[in-house]
Amino acid sequence: MSPDILIPLLAATVQSGTPILYATLGEIITEKSGVLNLGVEGVMLLGALTGFAVALYTGNPLLAFMAAGICGALAASVHGIVCLWFQGNQVVSGLALTILGTGLANYLGTPFLGRTAPGFGPMPIPLLSKIPTLGPIFFNQDPLVYITYALPVIIALFIGSTRWGLGLRAAGEYPAAATAAGLNVQGYRWAGILIGGFLMGLGGAYLSLAYTHLWTNNLTAGRGWIAVALVIFAFWKPGRAMFGAYLFGGIMALQLRMQAAGTTLPSSLLLMLPYALTIIVLVFSSWRRGTNEEPAALGVNVEPID
Amino acid sequence: MIRLRIVKRQEPLGWSSCLVILAAIGLSLFLSAVLLALRGAPPVAGILALFKGAFGSTYAIEDSLGKAIPIYLCSLGVAIAFRLKIWNIGAEGQFALGAVGATWMALSFPHWPWYVLQPAMIVMAVTAGGAWGMIPAILRQRLKTNEIIVTLMMNYIAILFLDYLVYGIWKDPTSFGFPMTATFSLQAIVGKIGTSNISWGLFHCLSLGGIFWIFFRFTRVGFEIKAGGDSVRAARYAGLPYDRLVMLVMTLSGGLAGWAGFLEVSSTINRLQPSIMVGYGYTAIVVAWLARLNPLSIGVAAFLLAGLRVGVENLQLDLQIPAAFGNIMEGLILISVLAAGMFIIYRPVLEKK
Repeated sequence: MSPDILIPLLAATVQSGTPILYATLGEIITEKSGVLNLGVEGVMLLGALTGFAVALYTGNPLLAFMAAGICGALAASVHGIVCLWFQGNQVVSGLALTILGTGLANYLGTPFLGRTAPGFGPMPIPLLSKIPTLGPIFFNQDPLVYITYALPVIIALFIGSTRWGLGLRAAGEYPAAATAAGLNVQGYRWAGILIGGFLMGLGGAYLSLAYTHLWTNNLTAGRGWIAVALVIFAFWKPGRAMFGAYLFGGIMALQLRMQAAGTTLPSSLLLMLPYALTIIVLVFSSWRRGTNEEPAALGVNVEPID
Repeated sequence: MIRLRIVKRQEPLGWSSCLVILAAIGLSLFLSAVLLALRGAPPVAGILALFKGAFGSTYAIEDSLGKAIPIYLCSLGVAIAFRLKIWNIGAEGQFALGAVGATWMALSFPHWPWYVLQPAMIVMAVTAGGAWGMIPAILRQRLKTNEIIVTLMMNYIAILFLDYLVYGIWKDPTSFGFPMTATFSLQAIVGKIGTSNISWGLFHCLSLGGIFWIFFRFTRVGFEIKAGGDSVRAARYAGLPYDRLVMLVMTLSGGLAGWAGFLEVSSTINRLQPSIMVGYGYTAIVVAWLARLNPLSIGVAAFLLAGLRVGVENLQLDLQIPAAFGNIMEGLILISVLAAGMFIIYRPVLEKK
């Protein structure tokens, strides 16, 4: 492929990988605390809607982006209430959250169908964007993409090298021991759920504020589920999540280009690509025994002590 | 200071757990009414219209029963897998594949007599759905891949495959460009019972529900599945063929969803078109969980949630409420019943400090 096709394709790869990256990082934090949140799809959609609506009414994209994060944390708190307070099954609660979140977003979003809202556009970084090849791919993006260059590092440092991160991991690996050591396991799990939900909401808002700039039903189209799969692919490591998200961004960008170029392949077969890739990626991670990295108490509720 | 604590009950609640669940459903109805009010629709009248639309007339009840049929069969399938604690979220895709398999028979051999063609369609639908369920089981067993995500991704793939067929090679040339196959021949169509508007599919549901009950009550394999679901380690220790059970439940699970796909194309719309994919497979999961995997309760829950769908269609017409309202109510009911489950095992106590 010639560079004048390849470079725009790679730039589009980074862009379409970004919402998945936000959501994957969110799910990593949640899962590190021992909570499996399968509601990512629903939380992302609610974030996307909130971001869109706030941008439309206030005209302030940054405020909209933050509002989407807060909405994501609120939506995820439903999962916290059901699983941490009421001891509900985490798998079922997550599924229910997806059903509820998707329903709510599509229900409340009807007035916005087909409208466009102000959002984020490309903001080239001086000097860096002039680097040949790398510049146009990485440094001619919108500001929300630049945040995700730093985010995985920050999260990895937080989880890996702070007291707080140690507590979070303890809550996910061995909650009984963590409790015995005087840690507030439920508190850490709440933090994991809320911070994770915040990031998932941001991922959803990226779609409506920087990617499509308009609201449609089911805007996320399974990206939340892809994020859940990517956590496993990433072996619960933020850095690898970046790689995985761009892999998916690449296949999505490629699929759009191929459709636009008018290939003879039917669009339904092209649209299958990201979902098929998700399965391949899972098979690959299991084959590499990455599932050994799974937090030991993932999905297990901590029973109240009498 | 007074503080709220929860304490495990000596014994889980028996019959009074029904009250807890009813309270939970009441709470979700209340929240749904609030959402109606948010859109400026009359909340109480709206909920009443929903019930009336679902169960208020013979026509409504027939419609609810018609929608309950695919939900029931998918849910029965999901319940088999859930009993072994295998999370089959893929009923939607297995249902699509079943519909495709049945359609393939109906379009290929339209002139076969009905008593040959229809069983052949069922076999094809169950095989296609079962195979679609078996793939995640094989992956799980060989590579320990997470079946939740694999089955879910396979839903997207199955629906796109169905689209590919009806937009492409199976499109009826006389459909004016609409994505749909030709109407099935008369022999491929499951008729209605007597003069009613209820399909013989209801009879399929009753028979399969009965077989499900007998299977788990009286057969060795049925017992092994339940035991394996209670504790994987204990099952392995007792020498149960756990891996083979996983394959079996996923295949049966997919097969039942495939059967539902057969009934949907050959008794409800008599052709294959994308509009058959309305999320019955996901509702089936809600139903199976609400009914605690019991075949009789699954019947009741399937009928109620099918009624919810019919009622919401009614609301759409009367009050211009978006169809997503049905999803919201499903989600709310599931979440509140799930949370309420705690009061069956634990009890709240107030204590002074």
